[in-house]
Amino acid sequence: MEFFLQQLINGITLGGIYALIALGYTMVYGIIQLINFAHGEFFAAGGYMGVILLSYLAAHGYMTTHPWLCLGGALVLTMIYCAALAMAVEKVAYKPLRYASRLSVLLSALGMSIFLQNGLMLTQGVYDKPYPSSLGQGGFEFGMITLSYLQILIVVVTVVLLVGLNALVFKTRIGKAMRATAQDKVMSSLVGINSNKIISLTFALGAGLAAAAGVMVGLYYGSVRYDMGFIPGIKAFAAAVLGGIGNITGAMLGGLIIGMVEIFGAGYISGQYKDVFAFIILIGVLYFMPTGIMGENIDDTRV
Amino acid sequence: MIHESKKIWKNYAIGLIWFFVLLWPLLGIHKDGSLTIGRAFSVWLYVLAGTFICLSLYTLHKNDILKWTGSPMAKAKDRVTAAAGALPNWFWVLLILTVAVLLPLFSHRYAQDVAINVLIYITLGLGLNIVVGLAGMLDLGYIAFYGVGAYTYALLNLQYGMSFWVALPFSAFFACLAGCIIGYPTLRMRGDYLAIVTLGFGEIVRIILNNWMELTNGPNGLLGIKPPGIYYPSFAHGFSLEFLYLKKLYLLYYVILFICIFTIVAVYRLNFSRIGRAWEAIREDETVAELMGVNTFRLKLLAYAMGAIFGGLAGAFFSARMRFVSPESFSFLESAMVLSMVVLGGMASIPGIILGAFALIVLPEVFREVELYRMLAFGAAMTLMMLFRPEGLIPAKRVGTRSEERGG
Amino acid sequence: MVEQPILELKNVSSNYGNIKALKGISLKVFPGEIVTIIGANGAGKTTTLMTICGIVPLREGEIYYRGQPIHGRAADTLPALGLCQVPEGRRIFPRLAVEENLEMGAFFRKDQDDIRKDMAYIYSLFPVLKERRKQHGGTLSGGEQQMLAIGRALMSRPKVLLLDEPSLGLAPIIVQKIFEIIDDINKRNRTTILLVEQNANIALQTAQRGYVLETGSIVMEDDAEVLMNDPRIRKAYLGE
Repeated sequence: MEFFLQQLINGITLGGIYALIALGYTMVYGIIQLINFAHGEFFAAGGYMGVILLSYLAAHGYMTTHPWLCLGGALVLTMIYCAALAMAVEKVAYKPLRYASRLSVLLSALGMSIFLQNGLMLTQGVYDKPYPSSLGQGGFEFGMITLSYLQILIVVVTVVLLVGLNALVFKTRIGKAMRATAQDKVMSSLVGINSNKIISLTFALGAGLAAAAGVMVGLYYGSVRYDMGFIPGIKAFAAAVLGGIGNITGAMLGGLIIGMVEIFGAGYISGQYKDVFAFIILIGVLYFMPTGIMGENIDDTRV
Repeated sequence: MIHESKKIWKNYAIGLIWFFVLLWPLLGIHKDGSLTIGRAFSVWLYVLAGTFICLSLYTLHKNDILKWTGSPMAKAKDRVTAAAGALPNWFWVLLILTVAVLLPLFSHRYAQDVAINVLIYITLGLGLNIVVGLAGMLDLGYIAFYGVGAYTYALLNLQYGMSFWVALPFSAFFACLAGCIIGYPTLRMRGDYLAIVTLGFGEIVRIILNNWMELTNGPNGLLGIKPPGIYYPSFAHGFSLEFLYLKKLYLLYYVILFICIFTIVAVYRLNFSRIGRAWEAIREDETVAELMGVNTFRLKLLAYAMGAIFGGLAGAFFSARMRFVSPESFSFLESAMVLSMVVLGGMASIPGIILGAFALIVLPEVFREVELYRMLAFGAAMTLMMLFRPEGLIPAKRVGTRSEERGG
Repeated sequence: MVEQPILELKNVSSNYGNIKALKGISLKVFPGEIVTIIGANGAGKTTTLMTICGIVPLREGEIYYRGQPIHGRAADTLPALGLCQVPEGRRIFPRLAVEENLEMGAFFRKDQDDIRKDMAYIYSLFPVLKERRKQHGGTLSGGEQQMLAIGRALMSRPKVLLLDEPSLGLAPIIVQKIFEIIDDINKRNRTTILLVEQNANIALQTAQRGYVLETGSIVMEDDAEVLMNDPRIRKAYLGE
């Protein structure tokens, strides 16, 4: 029973991370029907920027005096950084191919993914880069169950971001414009929405969330690697499809499910094959319920 | 015309600034608490120089200023291409074939080694081409078939002592089977999903190979695989057939050359067959093809399975040549490299893919110092190709013609 | 003093893919008018409206709105100028609520109070929309969607309203209602209307003037009454 609860805690934590990454995939696919292969690299870049900033602050001693302020500041700056990165990638590698074949833009995305990953490797090194260890040690213990401070932090930050995104997308004018553009790009232009700006914004938001996930993963596991985006990227995409591609609530739910399945699968079935579970779910969903749990949200008009 | 240039240069300047802002934090903020600008600035300068030259040439070309320098060169180029074009295709094929066959006579081991690699990748590229170039499906896990083929031969050889040539069809078969297993659920779905799903499958195969200790020995790999062997007639003691393991590098070269030529011929025939035309229809517009009575699912599965077969053949050779096989050789990186060859060389273009494999294997060997930047260049090249020359270096000739092209 | 047209096309040509859809058409619409373009399927009616709105790029010719050239302008800048289209097939945003669809119609506007007032006005015009205002647009019936589409366009306070086949797929009784509303919009707000229709009957009854489009060219132009009584038109488009 205690084992179960521990896995539950771990699963929710991991699920939140996957949800944050999945949102970027789902929003971008929803609006321009592109699987942004480079999205995993925004996650990784977030992880790196977090450690760069935190290490810098640690060297100046700010981490000991104002740890939470540093963390908050680093998080925000990292999200801004990755948003800027994503907008640049969109402008350079995807926008010119907006009316080209699907294969072309997918290959361009793949190229960008390889480019960014290697860019990170060349600028930051091949080895794991450790996070300053002063943060987040310890936690609560209930018998055999540990609930670490970091886990609480991750869940809190994730919930805040998810609620924030939800409010943005469903309650604000610009959020509704994003949904409108995803559902019918031509019509949204006809009512006066500038699709280019909306698409840039979508990329920026998605990358910002992935960046936050990256920072938290770095804190949680203690280090980052240049290729850390690869496998989580596939799983997060599986989560997005599971929830219904383009569907924001779906991505959140999908992320949680994938996280749970992975943790419980690793705990009860096999630790070695934990990466396979998410994948099996992906195949299953695509085979039995391709529109996902909560339905798709894409532009299915044909002009 | 000129103010269009102004707009491009303005965007270029903004792009450069943005690039610097993104680059600096990665190189300029240090964990000892210092902030430097030197490294970032020098990298930025390199990029600035390179892109500035390219953009300048482009602008000059656009404004026809280069014509006067181009003139004598253009004339020479035209004469050469005219002369070359006058020679029939089979001449070139024969020439290349002769060079290929005679290669071991005038090259060192090192060159033969590289040549063997090139040929393996040509085979892989052509196999992937069936999926990506002919049928238009993006497969990111192609290397899994390579792995299946390699491990099949390895296991058959180590467990049952099966010889290379007997095991070869088995490798092909199991790779084909893997293709059908992977293809069956995947090909019903939207084309976009195929990429991610095949990517996942590639990884799954690697994970299984890495973890299934009993069968594959996990990350330690399998050792002691026997190379291909042949029987040859010997007249030493009357007529008898002697067995010889082909351990010499140039003998292995001929084996892969044989496999490669077989693949080229097969793909060429497929391309110009009814099946090939159906694949082209699917590639151009799947919905329309379906409406025209093309059984898209079966044909896509066929493309997938056939591509897998050639991957399997290449894989079998790989393990026979290396005499050792481990999951490391079958990562996504490899899939991406094979895909690059197909895309950069020219999708569905056999000469293009050959050139692509050649370039992607030989160039890094020649420019050893920039080995580190190899993958970075791949990634950038793939994106740039899609932006500027999606047909590839040597574009494929269409099988059919479009009515607009015929002037209708 | 000759009145200036509020919308004018001069020798406009544009393509639909590789096909020449419009071959040098010219037309004028004067303020406060209802003008209709009638023609068979594939004549180029939708392409005309999409070209005006900048969705389909112009190959030749010019388009003037209130005397200013608008050809080459991005489509999303036009609603702010008062030029708005209700496209073919309604194209309401299916997974946005009725309310949100209307809000999107006023996207470019900043005057919150007036937007609220306008929404109240739309609800009074179309009470069924008020009933269903929290429902997703995609769950509405064809006629309701058409009302929503028109309501959405009205939220932009258009000076010129382009309507693409408002009668398409609707029952005759609903079509009647829709066209009454169109007429009302024109009379009450002095909104200029350019109406593209396959149903020539009701189009010519509602409009003052008409153009006949055949395979990308204007073949006839006259007052609506004259066209209605023209034997060729009656034969080709009015089912005689």
